Amino acid sequence: MSEFADYDLVMEHLASKELWDFPGGVHPTQFKTLSNTTPISQISLPDKLYIPIKQHIGIDGEVIVNKGDRVLKGQALTKSENTFAVPVHASTSGIVESISKHVSAHPSGLPELTICIAVDGKDESIDTSGIPDYASVAKVDLIGAICNAGVSGLGGAGFPTHIKTNNVKPVEFLIINGIECEPYISADDRLMREHAWQIRQGIDILYHILEPKQVIIAIEDNKPEAFETMSLACQQHSDYQVVSVPTKYPAGGEKQLIQVLTSREVPSDGLPIDIGCMMYNVGTCYAIADAIIEGKPLLERVVTLTGQALKQPKNVWARIGTPIKHLLDMAEFDVEKQHYPRIIMGGPMMGFTLTSAQIPVVKTTNCILAPAAKELPEVGDERGCIRCSACADACPVSLLPQQMFWYSKAKEYETAQDYNLFDCIECGACAYVCPSEIPLVHYYRQAKSDIRQQQAEKEQAEKARIRFEARKARLEKEKQEREEKHRKAAEARKQSVNKDGGAQAKIAAALARAKAKKAAQASAEQANNTPDAIDKKEVENSPTQQSENSADDKKAKVAAAIARAKAKKEAKMQAERKENESKQTKDETSDE
Amino acid sequence: MSLTFIALLVVATIALIFGAGLGYAAIKFKVESDPLVEQIDNILPQTQCGQCGHPGCRPYAEAIANGEDINKCPPGGEVTIKQLAELMGVEAKPLDSAHGVEDIKKVAYIREDECIGCTKCIQACPVDAIVGAAKQMHTVIIGECTGCDLCVDPCPVDCIDMVPLNQGTDNWKWDFKQTQVGDISVRQVS
Repeated sequence: MSEFADYDLVMEHLASKELWDFPGGVHPTQFKTLSNTTPISQISLPDKLYIPIKQHIGIDGEVIVNKGDRVLKGQALTKSENTFAVPVHASTSGIVESISKHVSAHPSGLPELTICIAVDGKDESIDTSGIPDYASVAKVDLIGAICNAGVSGLGGAGFPTHIKTNNVKPVEFLIINGIECEPYISADDRLMREHAWQIRQGIDILYHILEPKQVIIAIEDNKPEAFETMSLACQQHSDYQVVSVPTKYPAGGEKQLIQVLTSREVPSDGLPIDIGCMMYNVGTCYAIADAIIEGKPLLERVVTLTGQALKQPKNVWARIGTPIKHLLDMAEFDVEKQHYPRIIMGGPMMGFTLTSAQIPVVKTTNCILAPAAKELPEVGDERGCIRCSACADACPVSLLPQQMFWYSKAKEYETAQDYNLFDCIECGACAYVCPSEIPLVHYYRQAKSDIRQQQAEKEQAEKARIRFEARKARLEKEKQEREEKHRKAAEARKQSVNKDGGAQAKIAAALARAKAKKAAQASAEQANNTPDAIDKKEVENSPTQQSENSADDKKAKVAAAIARAKAKKEAKMQAERKENESKQTKDETSDE
Repeated sequence: MSLTFIALLVVATIALIFGAGLGYAAIKFKVESDPLVEQIDNILPQTQCGQCGHPGCRPYAEAIANGEDINKCPPGGEVTIKQLAELMGVEAKPLDSAHGVEDIKKVAYIREDECIGCTKCIQACPVDAIVGAAKQMHTVIIGECTGCDLCVDPCPVDCIDMVPLNQGTDNWKWDFKQTQVGDISVRQVS
């Protein structure tokens, strides 16, 4: 990247009308004259308004009205303490008919929470009080007033204006974007032609808050009338200059316009303020003037109704929440000019086809395009990439669209990101020049949303992992605590036993008693180990054996008696033998 | 003789120096856990659903590090298999259908008036995404639910449903197969 041109060099270039350029870009045929020749017209109120509660980038607020409530024009419908929330307001008076999901102003058409108001036609407004003497009020109050008025970027992205304006970094260039490079849209063109003075008031307020060194109002050179009126409105102020920028798509892109005017490039992951620039759309300036000077919230915006299928293409002041159907009726939509219903919200380069005619106008809706059958080419047959590199030549961000296309299509998102997929501004210049009619931007959008989803899933997985591990740790801790508790209880029991001497003595005594008893028993058993004793014991123990035992007793007695008789007999026999022996010896001696 | 001795001495000294250096490095730069397991675990979707046959994502990561197939994770699907194949330097295989099929993301939903407050689902939830107490109604914290399905079976009254996550404009993936119209063929103006 080349060195940034410093403030003086930029001023020199601006003075000599030698602007820089951004790479690539395309020159689509202009169809602005379809709608920019007539003044912005007021249209009748529709029967119902559908006001989505979130119309900006950020967070939606809390609904503060109930079904059946009567609301007045300018009454806030949502509220939030969150900085990234912007309130929405009732665009006219009526009854809140429902607070439910309604088809959204988004390519998917997926339903989003929407407040439906049955219009009563009285258009009764709440009392508003502005701060005409804004220079005497604290800046923070002005920023608060901008937020309360529900102002978010009207150029396309819908970034909350109060967040952008709440800036502490030094601003060199406050750039007011009146480029409007989409080939059909003329809303900003008409606004500048008719309301240059109020835009100037809005710029004054921003000048007061941001204190830039220089204000540049950039207008494409295909809008000479707007250039003239804006020059006239800004001529008194020496720090304001209106600059005519060569017509080239997408010169209206924030980064591209900064590059054209200052040669500075916004860093890939940075913001314009990082290089001393700040950019607001002319429509946003108009809304800021309304919000501060009149205290009027953002209730309506200029919408270009164009395309050859409309008999009365024009710019209209459309209330936020007006169904597209109502706008088409106002512009006399001729269905017969189309083969099939095809309404585009936004321009032909960056817009999207609507899924339903009940989709409401939101804060970022700048154009409703109803092309006739042959006006825009049909969705062509996508053919293979021939590597002609026309897309790379057209890319305003100097990317390599065909590489990103290959890798996006193959779902090799890492590589696609290596080719800086997220620097793509989705301007569609590459698809516009592609001879093979490849809808390149579509692939990038798919890849981007896939990558975002994967990142969200990754974060979710990380969260789940932490929770899983926390749970595991908790279970483990609980288990340990349980074990610890059991162990402690056991220990306490043991300890209480040790402490209490009496109990121990008792146990010892009991043990001793038991031992003594056991010993006594053992000795008794030994002593009575004769059959009689056993018999006696047995007799005592089991009465059933008594008869048997008595029989045994008798037997024993008999045996004893026999033994006694035997012994007697023996003794008698021994005595007889002794007598015989002595007689024999007497006989023997007498014989000799 | 002395030349051989000197040569031996020199080689031995060098060996000693390098040995000491390596030994020091081994202590100084010691890696606590297997970084490969960590890397695999980071790729896995952390649903902790156990469909792979392991009790959680980390055990499966350890199993993969030890050579198990990489195609057993239905919640991760094709994307996870691709990333694992790249990390492990193996061929990406289609998802093993024995372990389940890739499905859209769902979250558990408790039909609250049918819940009897048995706390069985709370015990089954691997990420503590269910709140409730005994004999009190339970409910799922949708933001924390991984859609692992583990709470459905333990419920004695079958009051838990797996419902697809609501799609809004924030997480819409530019898929025009679901909504018929919407895209603009970017080459519009000729």
